[in-house]
Amino acid sequence: MMFSYAFMQHAFLAGTAVALVAGAVGWMVVLRRSAFAAHALSHIGFAGAAGASLLGVLPLWGLLAFCLGGAGFIGALGERSDDRDSVIGIVLAMALGFGVLFISLYSGNASTAYSILFGEILGVSMGDVGVTIGVSLLSLVALATLWRPLLFASVDRSVAKARGVKVGLVSVAFMVLLAFAIAISVQVVGVLLIFALLVTPAATAQLLTARPLMGVAASIGFALLAVEAGLTLGYQFGYPVSFWITLIATTNYALSRLYVHLRIRHSANSRRVN
Amino acid sequence: MNESPCIELQGAAVSRGSRVVWSDVDLQIPHGAVVGVLGPNGAGKSTLLEVVLGSLALSAGSARVFGAPPGSRGLEVGYVPQSRDVSTASGVRGFDVVALGVDGHRLGFALSAKSRKARAERVGDALDAVDGSALAKRRLGQLSGGERQRLLLAQALVSQPHLLLLDEPFANLDVRQQSEMASLVARIASERAMTVLIVAHDVNPLRDALDLVCYVAGGTMAIGKPDEVITTEKLSALYGAAVEVLEDASGRRFVVGLDEEIAHPHGHGH
Repeated sequence: MMFSYAFMQHAFLAGTAVALVAGAVGWMVVLRRSAFAAHALSHIGFAGAAGASLLGVLPLWGLLAFCLGGAGFIGALGERSDDRDSVIGIVLAMALGFGVLFISLYSGNASTAYSILFGEILGVSMGDVGVTIGVSLLSLVALATLWRPLLFASVDRSVAKARGVKVGLVSVAFMVLLAFAIAISVQVVGVLLIFALLVTPAATAQLLTARPLMGVAASIGFALLAVEAGLTLGYQFGYPVSFWITLIATTNYALSRLYVHLRIRHSANSRRVN
Repeated sequence: MNESPCIELQGAAVSRGSRVVWSDVDLQIPHGAVVGVLGPNGAGKSTLLEVVLGSLALSAGSARVFGAPPGSRGLEVGYVPQSRDVSTASGVRGFDVVALGVDGHRLGFALSAKSRKARAERVGDALDAVDGSALAKRRLGQLSGGERQRLLLAQALVSQPHLLLLDEPFANLDVRQQSEMASLVARIASERAMTVLIVAHDVNPLRDALDLVCYVAGGTMAIGKPDEVITTEKLSALYGAAVEVLEDASGRRFVVGLDEEIAHPHGHGH
């Protein structure tokens, strides 16, 4: 039985905690079209994880520290500055540069870099699991608290501002939430496959429903399905878990697109018949 | 209603950076008036709305809205920004967009069935008011320009404001949609005894709906009845240059004789 192994228990516990947050926060990422910020934060996190390995502390701490720093930086740039994208790009590249330096100083071996880039969910320790669950609960509570003002500011920034929503503060708070979500997700799918948990399930959910709360629930559901089934398939057949997670998430997206397409065609046809 | 006007500006001036947008503005807008805010690009029409909202501070003079400092009566003021500001969130339903006007500023989410039901009723009423009940289930990204404007109008109306600020509600609408929108706004304004400020480029689609015109040009403003303000004499004085108001057979008025330099007397307009 796969649950008789401690490493599988850890993987399922951490994976579940990650999927809850990535699904929920990811729904906002897709709504706000902030995928580039998510991409940048995960790459900034790479330097943090590599630096933590160099210093001999838990990589998760390095991820959290660098993602939060990056979130503060991107938040401070503001939403409207003209050179926002290029400044984020410049910082992202520099962070990756430091990541490479830290990796080469650490051991020069490629396996550390590989596990940060592509995820190593089967290698998480009990300590990682504890921190991940803590960060996950904190993020979910924060998202629930911020829900309406965050939705308002995302849908209609200027009206929200006129209504007294502190839109600047809400943006920074969302970046912090995103940093939390990314830091813990990197353990599962790595820096490079972060969108498999943060974008694909949420985009699938938004295909199927326009209702915000239903969408978040569906997004969490798709993220959970990808992680749990990915771990199971990885255990049964080998091959990297992050590959399976990406495959399942993408398949769900493709099937949902097909379903929506057929449903539209079907309703168009029945309208023609009636 | 109370004695004081709905909006009152005294000796008001606004600067953006080193540029003075307008100054020496004395303005009184009575309760229940439908006011067209007209003038060339960059003259500071939207700036006036920002001042009334309280999101932009005056650099001189004073402003009162409902006898209080601007921005202190949040829910009493409904606001529809220029539609190009709504860039993201195209996947959200019309219903949810309007519902944000009810409680979007509050923390958490609506949990109790009772508050959700009350909210749904208010959203339904606001959508009915703009003839938009069919918009509730459609996604923001699927709406035409006119439908989107009506939806955002419903969002502004759902908190039952006493003052409504519309920034270029006619942008991206064709002529027929413009006059439909204008009569819709005029009807709602009189039904609800609301004061309305409408920023627009062209007075003509609005002509029948307006009680007053506030013409913003030449770094200041003139307010009065449309036929009194949109005249060759008044506007020439306002611009500080010769402009001419032409009237066609159906009573539509056109301002001619403006070149770029007159339209942007401070030289920084865009």
